[in-house]
Amino acid sequence: MAQNAADKGVDTFPKFLLVNAKVRGDRPAIREKDLGIWQAWTWAQVKEEVKAFALGLKELGIERGDKVAIVGANKPRLYWAMAATQSIGGIPVPVYQDAVADEMAFVLQHAGAKVAVVENQEQVDKVLSISDQLPSIMHVVYDDPRGLRDYDHTRLKWINEIQDLGRKAMESKYSGDAWEKMIAEGKGSDIAVILYTSGTTGKPKGVMLTYDAVVISSQNANAFDNLTEKEEVIAYLPMAWVGDHIFSYAQSYVAGYTVNCPESPETIIEDRREIGTSYAFAPPRVYENLLTLTMVRMEDAGPLKRRMFHYFLKHARKWGEKILNKEPVPLGARFIYWLGEILVYGPMKNRYGFTNVRVAYTAGEAIGPEIFRYYRSLGVNLKQLYGQTEAAVYITAQPDGEIYADTVGKPSPDVEIKIEPNGEVLFRSPGVFVGYYKDPEKTAEAKTPDGWVKSGDAGFFDPKTGHLKIIDRAKDVGKLNDGTLFAPKYIENKLKFYPNIKEAVAFGDGRDYVTVMLNIDLVSVGSWAERNNVIYGSYQELAAHPRVYQMLGEHVAEVNKSLSEEGPMAGAQIKRFLILHKELDADDGELTRTLKVRRGFIAERYAPLAEGLYNGAKEVDITTELTFEDGRKGMISARVKIEDMKTFPPAAAPMDQAA
Amino acid sequence: MRAPDENKIKAGDTLLSVENVSLSFGGVKAIRGVSFDIKKGEIRAIIGPNGAGKTSMLNVINGFYHPQEGQITFKGVKRAKMRPHVAATGGIARTFQNVALFKSMNTLDNIMAGRSLKMHRSFFWQLFRYGPAEREEIEHRRVVEEIIDFLEIQHIRRVPVGKLPYGLQKRVELGRALAMEPELLLLDEPMAGMNLEEKEDMCRYIIDVNNHYGTTIALIEHDMGVVMDLANRVVVLDYGQKIADGTPDEVKANQAVIDAYLGVAH
Repeated sequence: MAQNAADKGVDTFPKFLLVNAKVRGDRPAIREKDLGIWQAWTWAQVKEEVKAFALGLKELGIERGDKVAIVGANKPRLYWAMAATQSIGGIPVPVYQDAVADEMAFVLQHAGAKVAVVENQEQVDKVLSISDQLPSIMHVVYDDPRGLRDYDHTRLKWINEIQDLGRKAMESKYSGDAWEKMIAEGKGSDIAVILYTSGTTGKPKGVMLTYDAVVISSQNANAFDNLTEKEEVIAYLPMAWVGDHIFSYAQSYVAGYTVNCPESPETIIEDRREIGTSYAFAPPRVYENLLTLTMVRMEDAGPLKRRMFHYFLKHARKWGEKILNKEPVPLGARFIYWLGEILVYGPMKNRYGFTNVRVAYTAGEAIGPEIFRYYRSLGVNLKQLYGQTEAAVYITAQPDGEIYADTVGKPSPDVEIKIEPNGEVLFRSPGVFVGYYKDPEKTAEAKTPDGWVKSGDAGFFDPKTGHLKIIDRAKDVGKLNDGTLFAPKYIENKLKFYPNIKEAVAFGDGRDYVTVMLNIDLVSVGSWAERNNVIYGSYQELAAHPRVYQMLGEHVAEVNKSLSEEGPMAGAQIKRFLILHKELDADDGELTRTLKVRRGFIAERYAPLAEGLYNGAKEVDITTELTFEDGRKGMISARVKIEDMKTFPPAAAPMDQAA
Repeated sequence: MRAPDENKIKAGDTLLSVENVSLSFGGVKAIRGVSFDIKKGEIRAIIGPNGAGKTSMLNVINGFYHPQEGQITFKGVKRAKMRPHVAATGGIARTFQNVALFKSMNTLDNIMAGRSLKMHRSFFWQLFRYGPAEREEIEHRRVVEEIIDFLEIQHIRRVPVGKLPYGLQKRVELGRALAMEPELLLLDEPMAGMNLEEKEDMCRYIIDVNNHYGTTIALIEHDMGVVMDLANRVVVLDYGQKIADGTPDEVKANQAVIDAYLGVAH
């Protein structure tokens, strides 16, 4: 699906810049809100700015292959720094701006950056504070001069000075088309950028991507969603993150669309509304925050508005997605939806800045199905994708009209995917990385000689939809004794989706079948008990109540049913379950401080119960020590029932192996 | 953006001097024969225990109170009495101990209000917001936007200030004072009631104002750490009298100051 541009020899971003300046020189390339007004630069202007910047960097001594670190929030001149570096054959290394000095020292040192282009005084201070660890840094270049007047300027330069340097060089050393010739020397197989992955464990790794990888990925993505030069995006996610690099830089240069830089990190919602983005990308928490904000504000609204809001929202929940998916919908429902669009949905989308959105993506982690459906029901074409730095983002994405809350979509154009026997997702595409910078060992671990990249995530293709589902980190996925895949988090998340279940702990690795321990949600189950005249004296009593067991049993059965329809997960249905007599608590070490269950510890602590789950016992007596809020310890004993569950035969759907 | 006679007074020259000023309310002597000066470009702190006469001193400086004795020289002009709005046109701006903003107006309008003394077009022109009046307003708006950018309050541009947290209100008030492009900025406890982080931010802004605009600043503050870090020179008042005057280090070592703050054994 590689497009003509690449065939015509336009294979690097500086080359795309020249093309854009020629083809759509008058169209806005980038905007920034400054002093309350959106300032725009056209492609032709950007070309001039980048040219001066590039030659200035050249004058500072940047040679082909040298690294230039870029640190700061999304600002036009930092994006120009990227293009400028690339145009003279340098390699930009964007760094997370909120990294503490030590982390930044590691990246700058590891990359061997010669120049650091930074946003403001804060970043200058940070770089200067670690400068003794960074012998390679020759200059620090800053964008915002505020507060920096009295600093020692022997190695510190303002971007304007660099550009002046460049303009002077244009008249003598690099007159005529010297710069264009430098650009022409760049090839698609050169390294375009090194992106350091934030790495939750161990040191960050520098992912090297070639121009070919980034350009082809961007072209494919633009074609996939029919993106044109008319799109408007807002750049607000960290520049060091591959997502921003692709959405706000690569795809923009390739398609020629406009990138908007917000005024400040706090004004993004307002700025997004003013711009009316047409192509949006955000991690789930952004969508979640917008929704929470709406719900909180609606609580303060007048009764009429509130009733209207809830009425139309209910209608949208019922019909909105069907209308978006172009399914048949009765005329009456359409009319009310149309009315709702005028009264509620339209104004709300306007508030969110989604009025003009054609495509919005969410990725990074699982999004709550409620949140996902809310936006879709309003008519926002929200979709999911699955990507990684090592793939230049795109691995899978949901095509229009095939949207599900719990999948990440089909393989993106040119991407091949295969699933290892242990469930790990492997991918191969023109977009995959060359390797980790200065780390052949890690590269060999992640990438096979024939180009397959191990994602580290476990997943499977959903037989119903043919979409990929990501279930867990591959290292957390275990196996039942008969070889069936066992993804504890996937099962636990399915259970926790029920409001009555607060926590779930799944066992099965190295066992014959899957069992779970459940925690009831006291608020939810308590209010159910009140409504249904179930009388109880304590948490323990409520948890052991037969009708509670019955209710949760129904939930488990539903989970089993849905597992049975999911191909490889069908064998991992829950055979037995119990409801714990006490709430799992971080004070007792049963949860981590970030409230993740510690499966191993729980299995040990409740050993008699864990045993009971596998030896067929109907009831087990247990005594546990617990810690009260004030730190005192006490003992709690209980007789816990264990319930057997029925399992469903796997739904007979052929395994959809995508290529 | 300075007053026209700026050239006369260079950095380091005396911008304002207070000579032998006394102020009393009925029988209460708030200030007794205090003299000190403020030099152009410095940050001058006025400190002292509660009731020492600090705020009264500030009120005397900007003409709100009229001292019974003594005189004040500002930019070489001696005066005994002055009305506050004359002080304002003369280039003295201030903020208040208790925030004094227009609560139901938004941030932008509040800071714009600080420009009203600089608007020269007549009421008639402004009423129709036409021609020269419009051009003038655009120019003022640019100055205000620069201040908004400077104080990093873009996100509250359109929020009524009454809804803002206290720390931000203080920042808006500073913004309004800056909108007057003052030569002398009087800050009455700019950090009162703030948490540590807000205090640090405010310190940063005060230093930046001093650096960037070259504004001379006189401030009253209780937080000694803040005063010692910020001020070039400190004057200490106690019971309306000046008990010390000098650099932060000198003042810190002064026995009279220690006694005033810690109390003396009798």
